[in-house]
Amino acid sequence: MKRLSTFDKALLNLLQGDIPICSHPFAEMASRLGTDEDTVLARVRELKAAGFLRRIGTFFDSNRLGYQGTLIALKVKPSAICAVAEAVNRYPGATHNYEREGAYNLWFTLLTPGADYESKILAEIRSLHGVEDMLKLKANKKYKINVQFKLK
Amino acid sequence: MLEELSELDKKIIKALQEDFPLCAEPYKILAQRVGISEEEFLQRVKELVGEKKIRKMGAVLRHREVGFNANALCAWQVPPDKLDAIAQVMSSHAAVSHCYDRTPVPNWNYNLYTMIHAKTREECEKIIGELLNLTGVTNYKILYTKKEWKKTGMKYFCE
Repeated sequence: MKRLSTFDKALLNLLQGDIPICSHPFAEMASRLGTDEDTVLARVRELKAAGFLRRIGTFFDSNRLGYQGTLIALKVKPSAICAVAEAVNRYPGATHNYEREGAYNLWFTLLTPGADYESKILAEIRSLHGVEDMLKLKANKKYKINVQFKLK
Repeated sequence: MLEELSELDKKIIKALQEDFPLCAEPYKILAQRVGISEEEFLQRVKELVGEKKIRKMGAVLRHREVGFNANALCAWQVPPDKLDAIAQVMSSHAAVSHCYDRTPVPNWNYNLYTMIHAKTREECEKIIGELLNLTGVTNYKILYTKKEWKKTGMKYFCE
């Protein structure tokens, strides 16, 4: 783990919560941290450049925008996993794609604006060379989505 | 059901889903891209938050960079009549970032899914032990992340 100062950790904790929706959001964050807007902006840019921040921006509720999400598990022949993973990555709706330990070794989430889109994409993926089985796990209720890592 | 989003809303969402400008007046820049005033843009963003179409305005860390190296998807087999109560318990654990219930399928009879983030596998397994104690679940699978092939934000309305 790279070194983070106490100020960095406070800044990252604040940044992970809610960026204020106002004309000068970084100035408002700065006043909460006891510093000024320029200091906050400069440090956020540095932390982003150093690779600590994956994304700064807006996170939407996909269901409320009319999209449906499904978790897909694939059983892929180990020799084909790289090609299959890259083929999955090419679909914009495949937002998370992870190789995992176990018989089902490739897991991805697929967001689509409707069942027809989803079926078409999944039929294409199921027919890829090396894909031996596919599980479709439809989400019912989302109890929690809160990706925050409180830094101490 | 879901009301149709206006063309203006879709433009605003498309502007917001790009990287947030790291400058003093970020919303002014986004408003300019949409072609409306900053005031109107801010008003609509607040409304989208109120309508819960926006979950959060903020950052997501690269968790490995900040020391979280043991990340697992856990699939749990939970009695259907206890699903709601058990999901609430799991959601209240700080190490759980996502908790969804999903319809089980043949050969894969797990109906509750959580992502757990820890610094080491020992810590991850300790958290799982706590969740087992709290919920009484006995059948589960830990699916450790071996490799991240992709993790991005969704680009909406680009089909």
